[in-house]
Amino acid sequence: MSSTPTLSVNIDKLFRSQDSSDFRLQINLQFSPGFTVLFGPSGAGKSTILDCIAGIQVPDSGRISLVDQVFFDSESKIICPPQRRRIAYVFQSLALFPHLTVEQNVSYGLFDANSADRSDCVERHLRAFHITELKRRKPRELSGGEKQRVALARSLATDPQLLLLDEPLTGLDAKLRAAILQDLREWNETKRIPILYVTHNREELDAIGERVIAIAQGNVVGSGIAHDVLDAPQSLPIAQAAGFENFLTVTVEELRSADGIMQVILLPSTCELEIPLGAAQVGDKLQVAIRAGDILLATEHPRFISARNVLPGTVESLETRGTLVVVNVNAGVRFVVHVTPGAVRSLELQTGMTVWLVLKTHSCHIVSS
Amino acid sequence: MNFNPIFLSLRLAATVAIILSALALPLAYWLAFTRWRGKFLLESVVALPLVLPPTVLGFYALILLGPRGTIGKLAQNIFGHPLAFTFTGLVLASLLYSLPFAVQPLMNSFELLDRRLLDASAVLGANPLRTFHKVILPLSWPGLLSALVLSFAHTLGEFGVVLMVGGNLPGITRTASINIYDRVQAMDYSGAHTMSLLLLAISFVVLAIVYAVNRRVWSPWPSR
Repeated sequence: MSSTPTLSVNIDKLFRSQDSSDFRLQINLQFSPGFTVLFGPSGAGKSTILDCIAGIQVPDSGRISLVDQVFFDSESKIICPPQRRRIAYVFQSLALFPHLTVEQNVSYGLFDANSADRSDCVERHLRAFHITELKRRKPRELSGGEKQRVALARSLATDPQLLLLDEPLTGLDAKLRAAILQDLREWNETKRIPILYVTHNREELDAIGERVIAIAQGNVVGSGIAHDVLDAPQSLPIAQAAGFENFLTVTVEELRSADGIMQVILLPSTCELEIPLGAAQVGDKLQVAIRAGDILLATEHPRFISARNVLPGTVESLETRGTLVVVNVNAGVRFVVHVTPGAVRSLELQTGMTVWLVLKTHSCHIVSS
Repeated sequence: MNFNPIFLSLRLAATVAIILSALALPLAYWLAFTRWRGKFLLESVVALPLVLPPTVLGFYALILLGPRGTIGKLAQNIFGHPLAFTFTGLVLASLLYSLPFAVQPLMNSFELLDRRLLDASAVLGANPLRTFHKVILPLSWPGLLSALVLSFAHTLGEFGVVLMVGGNLPGITRTASINIYDRVQAMDYSGAHTMSLLLLAISFVVLAIVYAVNRRVWSPWPSR
């Protein structure tokens, strides 16, 4: 299909700051119809990318185009103003007009249409997002989820060729989020436009679960399907954003290419660990990320076990968070381990107890900082 | 008791407040949203009447509006007489004198607006004029009301500028504040009392309205 709308974004933008920590956004991305998630920690530059695509911010140089329409081109000095880009953009703050009713908010972008078409379009979008009964209300009389539906309906009523979503579903419970995402998917089945979804929330990402582009410090640091990008993160900020709890500093002691592993020393202790082979030399310092849920706890030294790393430590604290117990273990280095309340009972875990941490080699992910 | 000076003051203040609010809207909008680094220069010019002695302002206005001034000459050609010592001249001088009282409240409310609302309006296809009309203005009406009322109250109480530009012509330029001065000079203290009390009452009511609106004692619009 040659008519497939494809967004091409090439941005270079430097933000000078008072201290020496200038921030540079430098990305080159292509988007096809359907969902693409831009994932990364706060301050990575995700919202700036959306602002540049929408025309609210202007890059220093680059080119942004959607199919055959050029939004921005620094070489031919094209800057198309936001109101002529036919883009829908739902901000994190939603930015509903507080002085207008739900109905007036949704019809805001339809001033070119005649009044019959306008009210028809508004009705359709109110229905599609299940907010028809709210149409006479003002934004301050709406719940969080209702506001988010109104913001989506308002943006989509303008028949956009591209949808930008900046954490629009943050703060909603999983069920409500899934319902709104379902509405959005149904809407896009006929439209087939690119949808860029920005989030730093791992749960939101899992709920969308499609193509992911990982962004950290103004650069693309990974892309692919969610599982590949986030369960084996390549960089420290992404690992942090992806919900890894343990970050260890190690020095490489020995490379064993034949086994596909390397022997490292956990700093500042003298414990040895076996981790997957990475592009490193003996003596190099590396960062290793481990999920708290990937660590096993044993109250006796385990034998006859396939896991290669067993470290002794002392339980420093236990903290129940819902159906999860967060255990802090000091093994020369502090580890965070997640276990179930049942495991705490059967192991009779207590503060001060000696335990063994069991780490599988492939639960240790080398990340670059 | 002759209340003409009070009516003249009210007419002058109302004329100035209405014209000034209309003039201040685009100026405040530009000052609030421009990215020009030199905008502090214009901000200072707008604020000048706050610190200048009214006689200085009145003196320059007199020069400008008089038969040898640029505006005075222009008026001479159009109306057949210069503007000094006329009601129109008073209005023009008062516009300058009360300018900051109209511009600053408007600028403040424009600057307090959530910028994302303006971005949202643009992304939804509205040009800047439509955004101003549909979003900025409806959300800034407390600022607009403050601008109207403060420039009204400030013009009502002016003395030095009126004296310099208007002189003291009964029914034309003899405003309430000048009339009070006259009465005190003439030892008519009871007349001065009545006139002063009236001015005091009007000013208080007008300011009470501004503060009530800005504190949202009653809240007829959505909270932000």
